[in-house]
Amino acid sequence: MDSLTQKIREIASNILKEGRVDMVIGFAKGTIPMTTKPYMARTPEQVENFIWDKNCTLNLANYITGRKEKIGIIAKGCDSRNIVNHIVENKISRDQLYIIGVPCSGMADKHNPDELRDNCATCTHRNPVIFDVMAAEPVEEQKIDDPFADVKAVEAMDKDAKWSYFEGLLQNCIRCYACRNACPLCYCPTCFVDESGPQWVGKGQNKTDIQTFHFLRAFHCAGRCTDCGACEAACPMDIHVRAFTRKLNKDSLELFGWEAGLDITKRPPLDTFNPDDPNDFIK
Amino acid sequence: MKVIKIDKKEWTGGIDKSREKYLLFGPVKDKDVTNKEHYIFKKLAAGEFPVMEGVDTVLSPKSVIFPQTEKILKSSLDQSQPDHHIMKRVENDYSSRAVIGIRSFDAKALTLVNLNFDTKDYQDPYWCDAYKATTFVGLAVNKPSDVDFSTSMGSGPFGEEGLDVLLVDNGEEFLAKVITDKGKTFLDAAGFNKTADESAVKKIEDLKAQAEKTIADKAKVGTDNLKNKTVLDLYEAPFWDDIAFSCINCGTCTFVCPTCWCFDIQDETKGKSCTRFKNWDSCMFPLFTLHGSGHNPRGVKTQRVRQRFMHKLKYFLDKYDKGTMCVGCGRCVQSCPVNIDIREVCNIMNNYEPKK
Amino acid sequence: MVNPYMPYPVRIDEIEIATEDKSLKTFKFVFLNKEDEEKFAHKAGQFAELSIPGQGEIPIGIASSPTEKGFVKFTVFKTGVVTSYLHNMKVGDIMGIRGPLGNWYPWDLLEGKNVVIIGGGFAFTTLRASIVYMLDPANRSKFGKIDVVYGARSPGMLLYRDELYEWEKRDDINMHITVDSTTDPSWKYNVGFVPTIVGQKAPKADPNTFAIVCGPPIMIKFTQPALESLGYGQNQIIMSLENRMKCGIGMCGRCNIGKELVCKDGPVFTLEELNKTPREY
Repeated sequence: MDSLTQKIREIASNILKEGRVDMVIGFAKGTIPMTTKPYMARTPEQVENFIWDKNCTLNLANYITGRKEKIGIIAKGCDSRNIVNHIVENKISRDQLYIIGVPCSGMADKHNPDELRDNCATCTHRNPVIFDVMAAEPVEEQKIDDPFADVKAVEAMDKDAKWSYFEGLLQNCIRCYACRNACPLCYCPTCFVDESGPQWVGKGQNKTDIQTFHFLRAFHCAGRCTDCGACEAACPMDIHVRAFTRKLNKDSLELFGWEAGLDITKRPPLDTFNPDDPNDFIK
Repeated sequence: MKVIKIDKKEWTGGIDKSREKYLLFGPVKDKDVTNKEHYIFKKLAAGEFPVMEGVDTVLSPKSVIFPQTEKILKSSLDQSQPDHHIMKRVENDYSSRAVIGIRSFDAKALTLVNLNFDTKDYQDPYWCDAYKATTFVGLAVNKPSDVDFSTSMGSGPFGEEGLDVLLVDNGEEFLAKVITDKGKTFLDAAGFNKTADESAVKKIEDLKAQAEKTIADKAKVGTDNLKNKTVLDLYEAPFWDDIAFSCINCGTCTFVCPTCWCFDIQDETKGKSCTRFKNWDSCMFPLFTLHGSGHNPRGVKTQRVRQRFMHKLKYFLDKYDKGTMCVGCGRCVQSCPVNIDIREVCNIMNNYEPKK
Repeated sequence: MVNPYMPYPVRIDEIEIATEDKSLKTFKFVFLNKEDEEKFAHKAGQFAELSIPGQGEIPIGIASSPTEKGFVKFTVFKTGVVTSYLHNMKVGDIMGIRGPLGNWYPWDLLEGKNVVIIGGGFAFTTLRASIVYMLDPANRSKFGKIDVVYGARSPGMLLYRDELYEWEKRDDINMHITVDSTTDPSWKYNVGFVPTIVGQKAPKADPNTFAIVCGPPIMIKFTQPALESLGYGQNQIIMSLENRMKCGIGMCGRCNIGKELVCKDGPVFTLEELNKTPREY
């Protein structure tokens, strides 16, 4: 057995036995190749179902929102950053969590298992930023010369090309909302697309309504998105929804020097006022 | 039963000929702007041919009969018009159409959906008109996918239910089993009329046995006890929270499913006119059952997950006595972002004995 | 093929504010085409979809009795998009009605029986239809004793007040009107919650007596034990349910309780039937 898996089970079992947590959230093996499923162990025996491999593509921070128990959670770099977000946004308290940090060497692309998925290939936070215990020694962080080359390529397009690229991206969307529901940031009790009294967005397969959903969702994640890739891992239609959030991540970095989920003492830039704000209008 | 032999060299010619009398639908390769490829069922443009290599499509072909968004009624809101605020049916094209390359389990699925839309008391005219206008030309599955468990769910790789013709890929030729008169009419329109010799039936049976064995060699999904369980025993069973834990409540399983028929009705206005349409809906969404008062009988995730499986594997079975409302296509198994596997759930339900 | 999604066009003929807080209004509709009125022939207990082009549809119990000809009546609580829009519509406006939908109170079974009607708040609409139906001179002799327990928060929140007070005066129906509380010194009827009044005033069960219950979930929940302690069997308690609905014809899938669809197999169920099905309402 993989030593990381072994270590995760050992830690999980211990904290359950010691009564430090009521449950541990991790990944279990899926029923088809190249899949895992989020799994909750409540007993030391159940920790034997935990695994760690290249297919732990979802973000487990999504499973702690609003829970009242003491929770052990297995967190790779991006999960840990979303845990930070959750703490900053008061979705969970730090005291409730026992974070088992897992240094991550990137997850596999679902169609090319030998390659890293996009977001992992440009990730510079492979090691958890917050943890109670680490399941292994930290891995070396990647040095990426130009992490936003893809965004720049879109920025370089003229207006029409850009628009037709966006339309093309979303042409297969079936509005299943898997991207939103897999996203730890999307915890609104009622999403704007589900508002029904009055209804804010049309419900049909109307291009404008579909685009409205994706664009607004991306903006709602601005300064909060960790580029964990759960949205794309979840999308049954393989839509590159990160095209939108990555542009906003780039803007956050360039305008505010901000990367989401690194510090539990700081609120995201669009959620706070700073006298050094680069924009004049706010002064 | 009559079997027609179609030389693959004559295939495209015949398909082109059939276009004179039919609108054609079939699986084609789609490539998005990021160059990701997958197969979808769509209306075939002139010169476009269905992919006949037994490809998997993320979505089932149900949208050919039951589009995700379908206009049903319209009216003018202009008070100066004599018929303002009086709804009229939106006229759609229901001329003859054929779905080429549909799989057996998907055709069977449509027969199950038909039970919902074509009832003794009410007939949904949009579904009924489209369903009746369609000829289903199936393609037998010689090599079932890893998630295909159709033989456990009353269908199978060579199932004939709901099909008008079943094409069997036999190397250089298709062997076309003529199942209905509608199917014969289509084959005639395509000019496919060479009767195969006696050995064809045997060949089809051999391929069928081989394909069924591929599925049988994998884990079996049991449904035999479902009928005898009481609804409330299953409903109150202790396993639902565990099954639902990983669920993120997206609509993927319901949208990729060939039998999920639930829909919403919505009105939209533009200027002085309005349209009413049906949209696919999903029992996974909290809004599906939300009362005006704010009360929600299925407001909790576990309740919604339970509803989906209970509907497919128990309520439907009890209501119609036509087996499960799952044909074993495996699409939800493949597409569920969190690997909730209906094969496992079905076995859990089938094997459940309440503690007395 | 009849298109079950196609509403009959109707004109709003009369609008009446039904309660003192103006949250309920009673709408009287007249069919634009006389033949549609005949097609709409309903039985007390059924509902219909009020259909406003461009806004949507809402399922509402039919408040008029089949014995009232020339119009249909609905009392509507203002709560969502469609009902709010409807509350702002005017006499003369054109809209649609789709129905009648669902099943009805089991009038064949109830013939020759005593009937106890129990309603609360604004869920009194199909019960009004039922009472008017049973009191119709052509029908009254078909039923035994009729008792009615109807309550609301306050006197001004009772629906159809004029009719209630008229029925109070009759000797062929026993009215037990109640309010949760009131400061009105001239209030001469009961004060107390519906389940309590049921316990005090409703007739004891016998094989010939059936109770029809319609009200908010909390009232139903507490009325059930009150009736059971009076000896009513599960098949003698008849209830009308509500769930979110769209199609109203058993197709769109959302209103199910187990395999039963509230819109088509219901909304009327006996307690015996409900006890066999998940209570997802």
